[in-house]
Amino acid sequence: MIQVENLSKKFANVRAVDDISFRVEKGKIWGFLGPNGAGKTTTMRILTGYLPANEGQARINGIDVGSDLSAVRRMVGYLPEVVPVYSELTVREFLRFVAELYGMERKKIRFAIDRVVEKTNLQNVYGRLIKNISRGYRQRLGIAQAIIHEPEVLILDEPTIGLDPAQIIEIREMIRSFKESATVILSSHILAEITQVCDGAVIIKEGRLMATLTRDEWGKNLEIVTAAPVDDALCGALKQSFPAVSAAASEGAVIKLEFTEALSDFNPVISYLIEKDVRIREIKAGLEALYMKIILADAGRAS
Amino acid sequence: MRNIWTITKKELKTFLYSPIAYILTAFFLLVSGFFFYNILAWANDQTMRMMQSGYGVERLNINQMLFQPFFNNMTIILMFLMPMLTMRLFADEKKMRTEELLLTSPLRLSSIIIGKYLAALIIYALILLLTATYAVFVFVYGNPDALPLLVAYLGLFLLGAVFIAIGLFASALTENQVIAAVISFSSIILIWVISWVGESGPGAWRGILTYLSFFSHFKNMAGGVVDTQDIVYYLSFIFLGLYLTRAVFEFRKWR
Repeated sequence: MIQVENLSKKFANVRAVDDISFRVEKGKIWGFLGPNGAGKTTTMRILTGYLPANEGQARINGIDVGSDLSAVRRMVGYLPEVVPVYSELTVREFLRFVAELYGMERKKIRFAIDRVVEKTNLQNVYGRLIKNISRGYRQRLGIAQAIIHEPEVLILDEPTIGLDPAQIIEIREMIRSFKESATVILSSHILAEITQVCDGAVIIKEGRLMATLTRDEWGKNLEIVTAAPVDDALCGALKQSFPAVSAAASEGAVIKLEFTEALSDFNPVISYLIEKDVRIREIKAGLEALYMKIILADAGRAS
Repeated sequence: MRNIWTITKKELKTFLYSPIAYILTAFFLLVSGFFFYNILAWANDQTMRMMQSGYGVERLNINQMLFQPFFNNMTIILMFLMPMLTMRLFADEKKMRTEELLLTSPLRLSSIIIGKYLAALIIYALILLLTATYAVFVFVYGNPDALPLLVAYLGLFLLGAVFIAIGLFASALTENQVIAAVISFSSIILIWVISWVGESGPGAWRGILTYLSFFSHFKNMAGGVVDTQDIVYYLSFIFLGLYLTRAVFEFRKWR
């Protein structure tokens, strides 16, 4: 479990993190969402004990990060924004080094390396020098080093940045599988990523907490932008066919849907519309609409 | 102890996988070999003349004529090359952002610092060991005293150990290796020549500045004389360097 209470961090005169509080329950994946420079990385660095906070508290499984750093570090696995690897070592040597850093017993290290290599699909580059492996493998190696000591909490700073679509899907799949054994926080500025992977999201901007949203909240909304305006009859038919749809309305070329319960899979609805020859331009999951509303409302207030 | 060794092992690997260590060793041996040859040639020449004229023969001493000037020259090479051995220790970690991995691991900061220090010290000791081949030749063809030679080597080792501590500190200050080398090189030179100011200064300063300078402490050991005062000086300098390195990290954290 991760608890953050009134956390603040100042650099010179800039408040990088300003009075942020949130809480992630055990076994959940939460996303950190916000524009670049919002304070995502700084908050994560405080959680891993890389930076001390000026005010407030961060607790991992009930232990204050400021008071018992080495206990916290043993529980936390961390993938920084720039994957920290030594390019002159081989994948095997590097993983062994990280395992030793975490004080793992000699006998267990071999099994641990085998386990993470299999989990992150690094078999093909196992004996290669890190400087010769591709970006995708490098990112996977970053994840492998974060999970080698079987942490209870995983902190991943932009785990899919710079990857191609196939690799992104693979990494997301991997992150989802960590849910069984760990509590996960990941940062991203890709909304779709948060929608697909996370149980909740903390939205921050300029160091301030804008909102905390859960899957229940964003999973109930869907906006579909179509090529041509849709008539109301279709919306009615849609509502009849899907009992989960509580409201359907069209505003020009946008169909707005609300659901009675949070859905993780909107595909049946989309397929239905395609069968009815509706040409779909864009699908905005609930989070996107909510995010834009929150960020724009704040921009309006500021100006 | 195991934690320290983890870091040392990784550093040694990085040294041995990169060309720096080899190039450093090669040039160290080239330059020191050149010095050695020249001094040897000069000592030979002097000896021949003395033997012919018969004047001062009783003062002929191979340790004083060959090794003492040789070790004095070696200190100059150390001054130039040690900063290059140490410049990447922390600067590179910062530049490559691997520092975050080390500093968010359960390892204590002092273990990381000592681990890196030891690695550089081991490489240096190996290089020094290679220069011992020169001495081996002298033993084959001549009859020098072994003990003063060992003392001089100990002095050279300690002097290099101090330079490494200074270099480690400089490397912690920046993420640029060249800047780290410049800082450590100029610090070493300044501390070296500080005794010049001491010699011309007023009485009280003379003692303090002369004590601070590397030069006054190396002189004795190069001549084969062990003084605990010198050893204490070197050890406290090493401790100071490591302590300041630690302070850099603590300071950066709270800035």
